[in-house]
This record gives sequence, structure tokens and C-alpha cells, in this order.
Amino acid sequence: MRKLFIHSALTFLAVLFILPFYWTFLSAVKSTAELYQFPPVFWPAEWHFENFLTSWNKLPFNTFLWNSTVVVVLSTIGQLISSSLVAFGFARFRFPGRDALFILLLATMMIPWDVKMIPLYMEFNYLGWINTLKPLIVPSWFADAFFVFMLRQFIMTIPLEIDEAARMDGASSFDIFWRIHLPLMTPALILVGTFHFMNAWNDYLGPLIFLNDQSKYTLTLGLALFKDPHDIDITAVASITTLLCVPPLVLFFFAQRYIMEGAVGSAVKG
Amino acid sequence: MRQEYLLRLIAGLEEPTDGQILLGGRDVTDLPSAKRNIAMVFQSYALYPHMSVRKNMAFGLSLNGMPRAEIERRVAAAAQILQITELLERKPKQLSGGQRQRVAIGRAIVREPVLFLLDEPLSNLDAGLRVSMRVELAALHERLKTTMIYVTHDQVEAMTLSSRVVVLDRGTVSQFGTPLELFYRPANLFVAGFIGSPKMNFFETASRGADGQDITVSGEGFGRPVTVGLERPVPCPSGTRLTLGIRPDALEIVAAGSGHVAASVDLVERLGTESHVHLHLQASGQRVTAIVRGNHPVQSGDRVDLSFDPARCHLFDAGGEALPRALDAETRSLIDREKQIRTSLSTEEETHA
Repeated sequence: MRKLFIHSALTFLAVLFILPFYWTFLSAVKSTAELYQFPPVFWPAEWHFENFLTSWNKLPFNTFLWNSTVVVVLSTIGQLISSSLVAFGFARFRFPGRDALFILLLATMMIPWDVKMIPLYMEFNYLGWINTLKPLIVPSWFADAFFVFMLRQFIMTIPLEIDEAARMDGASSFDIFWRIHLPLMTPALILVGTFHFMNAWNDYLGPLIFLNDQSKYTLTLGLALFKDPHDIDITAVASITTLLCVPPLVLFFFAQRYIMEGAVGSAVKG
Repeated sequence: MRQEYLLRLIAGLEEPTDGQILLGGRDVTDLPSAKRNIAMVFQSYALYPHMSVRKNMAFGLSLNGMPRAEIERRVAAAAQILQITELLERKPKQLSGGQRQRVAIGRAIVREPVLFLLDEPLSNLDAGLRVSMRVELAALHERLKTTMIYVTHDQVEAMTLSSRVVVLDRGTVSQFGTPLELFYRPANLFVAGFIGSPKMNFFETASRGADGQDITVSGEGFGRPVTVGLERPVPCPSGTRLTLGIRPDALEIVAAGSGHVAASVDLVERLGTESHVHLHLQASGQRVTAIVRGNHPVQSGDRVDLSFDPARCHLFDAGGEALPRALDAETRSLIDREKQIRTSLSTEEETHA
């Protein structure tokens, strides 16, 4: 009886979560007539899969995809390298003021993006980076406080004796990082990479502020072009949204073991 | 852990605040650990979890740019010595404790160091494995003839594996000597109590005066005094406080009234070849342990006398330092022989290094 209740509750919640996705997908493949029909149609009479291609070709989505890919790939690589290096430094080096510096780093997590928005714009404007992809990529090469924290906690679970053994084997600090810690950190790095990928892929506000030219737009900005004050192309928005969901879903499929473990905190045990 | 700290100092993992570290006469105080040509076996083994056994052993060599063929040769040779050839492709987590231990030693051997540092290498193994690994380590040392510094809390390991033992007491060297020297001539109360199981019994006594090399002492409840022979005369005025030490197997249980001090038996532990008798002195209540033959008829509740064999008594002054006791010719020659064997071994080691 209890099991039945739990399963019903879980099924209900699952449906609740899937429904918006299903609705978006349906809206993408329905005909225009069915789109506005009341009561709503849950199983279209005709499936218009060509809507995906039509919507994609309405605007230069190949360019947007390329821009998004450049931003996501480069910033993810930067995030992985910089965060793991900084985390290694905080976890393994002894220097005066280390803990104070670490707390300062963590404190930066408390500053809301809204507060940083204008100063960041001014800064990138000064550097001449507005209307380039640099503001979306370069900051990721300077480590993110949350990822540094996560990776540092992970590194601290690796016994110090392993570092010492490597040091006696003739390894430099960088060797220890590169040959010992990085391979051992793989589960945590996958988690960081996935989180950052999602953030960068879904980012709308960043590109909106820093990019002006349509040729520089990312997918999220491109998607927004289907909406203007007078009209909204529901089929196109739904089609592109559905397509935008695919890469994160694929990524999640491959990385889900690490994400689940990370979510319950056991990923840090390696 | 101070002994571990000492090991880390030698390894170059800690910087000394003062003093020098000499290795074969060479000052290595400021050398980084990799340049000291020392290998260390960590208590936790510290194997690289993501590397196979082969890579674990080859890691240091490849870092130092050794040709691949030479690395292969050394790894194969070490694996053969340690009988881990069939494990070379496994990861550490697929190995048992004893196998990990071998890999850790193998990682040290392939570097052909001038000195091995072993930090309680057997402490994580179960009792049976510990005994067999102990024998293997002794054989390995015999084979490699390289100096090893071995930290252990286990006195059996210390006594059986070493040519010289340093006993550390709260960070200071309590005694440095051969295992038998430590046992028969402990330098102070700490070493006397530390080496030997069950522990040496100690009695608070006072001097009744010295006669040449002999000192006569008596303590609370002693029916008659004990005269202990020393190696050389030591000034010891009557009334000087001394601690009399005697190992459990040197105590004899005799009929009440015929020994040195009266005691009551609390418990008899019969181990077969010998029995451990736990007693308390009737005068002071102090607890004492004696080892008697396995079929000794003593029973708990018995009131007996303890008789001390003066030749096997140790005396310690008020500061806990041992007075130089006279040893019988047999023990003395045993210690001398041990010193000679061990000295020739260490000369060989130096030549090898």
C-alpha cells in the first residue's frame, strides 16, 4: 500500500516535470490550426517534423550554433583548467594568508550577477571586447569560486602521502597536479564540466548585454528573435527550444552517474 | 608522531629548523627529496590509485627520463623478487593488503636507492601476514644489502629485523644499540620497560651500601636484601634511592619464607610451555608478573615468596639511568658476536651504496 502511494506520487511528479517538455515538443510538431485549438490537442493528427528544419532556416541558426559552440567549448576548457589549478593551489600549498584568501574567494559567490552586470560591461567596454565573444569566454579562464570550492574539497580527500610519494619519485608540483591529481579528479571534473556547460549553453543575459551584432549571437539570443512586441512565432520557438534541449540531455545521459554522485556528495570521495 | 617526523626529515619531506642530515658522509640537508636517492615505503603504501602496478613502479623512473628498456628491466626484476609479476597490470584497488605492501616495496626497490625508509610497513596487515612479510623483509634486506631505516612500534619487528635499534622516547634518543644490547643492557628505565614482554618488574629500593662492584639494595617488604654485581664500582652511599628491575622470567616462585619478598598470587595464565603468574606484594600491594614453567603447580590465592636471581637484576639510579650491570660471559660474547656480524653487514652495505 505504502509502495503504491510512493509510486503514484513519483509518477505524478514525473508527469508534472515531463509535461512542459512534451507540450513544447507538441507545439513544435503541430499544425498551426491545432496549435490554437481548444481544448488542447495532446496527440496531433499530423506530425509536422519539417517544422524543425523550417524554423532553423528562418534565421542564421548555423551561425548562432557555431557561436554557442565556440563559447561553450572554450569557456568549459578554461573553467576546467583554471578551477582545478586554483583548487590544487588552495588544497596543497601552504602559504601565509591562504585561508583568508580562500574565504575571500568564497565570499565572491555572494555577490549577485545583477550587481556585477554594469561594472562588467564597463570593464569589457574599456577593453574593447563588447560585441565579441571574449566576455563570454575569458572570465571562465580565471576560475569560478563554486567550482574551486568543489574541486578543493575533492582534492583534500586524496591522501597527502600520495603527493609525498610522487615528490620522492622526483615529481614537481606541476607533475603532481598533472599526472596524479588530474586523473584522480576526473569524476569531479566531469561534474564541473557538465555544470559549466549547462550554464554557458543556457546563458541568455550575458550574450544579451555583451553582443550587439546578429552575426555574434548565440542560440539563446537567436531564439529570442522569434519574439517581438507584436507577434510570437510559437512553432519556431518551440522547435528551436526542443533542439536546444538535446545537447544538455545527451551530456546528462553520459555524465549522470557523476552528477548523481555529486548531488549526494559522494563524488568527492573518488 | 615523532619517529615518523624523523623519517620525513631524512626523506626531505620536512625541513629541519636546525642541524644537519648526513647520508653516507654527504650533507643532504638542503637537497630536495628526489635528489637524495632515498626511497620510502609509506604506512598507507600511498600507491597511485589510477595507475597499474607496473606504472606505479615505473613512475619515478620515467619522470627521471630513464630509457624505457632499463625501466622495463628494473620493474621486471623487482616484480620477480617480490613475486608480483602476475599482478603488474592490476590497479591497486584490485590488490590485497599484502600485495599492495609488496608493490609499495617494489616501487622503492626499482629506484635502487642508497637508503630505504619504511614507516610501519606491516602495521596495516593482519597478524599472520605480518609474520610472513617480516620474514620476507628480512630476506629482502639480506639480498639487497641496502641500509633500511624501519619505524615500528612492534618490538618483535625491531628485535628480529634490525642490526641497530634507536629507541625514541618522546622525541629524544633513549638508546642506540644492537637488539640484544637493548634487552640485556637497557640504558634506562624507559628502554627496560619497553623491550621485553611481559614488561620488566620494577621495585623501589634503597642502597644498603656498596662493596667493590657489588651494591646491596632492599625495598619495602623485602625479607632479605639483594646484592647485585656491577661491571665496575659505582659510588653509592647507603640510603641512595635505586630502582631494581627484574624481568618476569628471572623471578622465581618459592615457598613462603624462603625468598626475598612475600607475594600473593592473583591470577595464573597457562600458555602451555610457560605460565604467566600475576601477583601483588603483600607489603606494598604492588603488582608483579612472573613467568614460570608451564606445569608449575602455583594457583591463584597462593601466598608465596619471590626470589630474585641477582645476576639477572638491573639497577637504575634516581634519574632512571641504568647502572652498568655485570653480564655473564655467555651473554657478553653473544652481544659481541652480534655487533661483529652487524658491523660487517653495515660495512657491506656502505660498500654497496
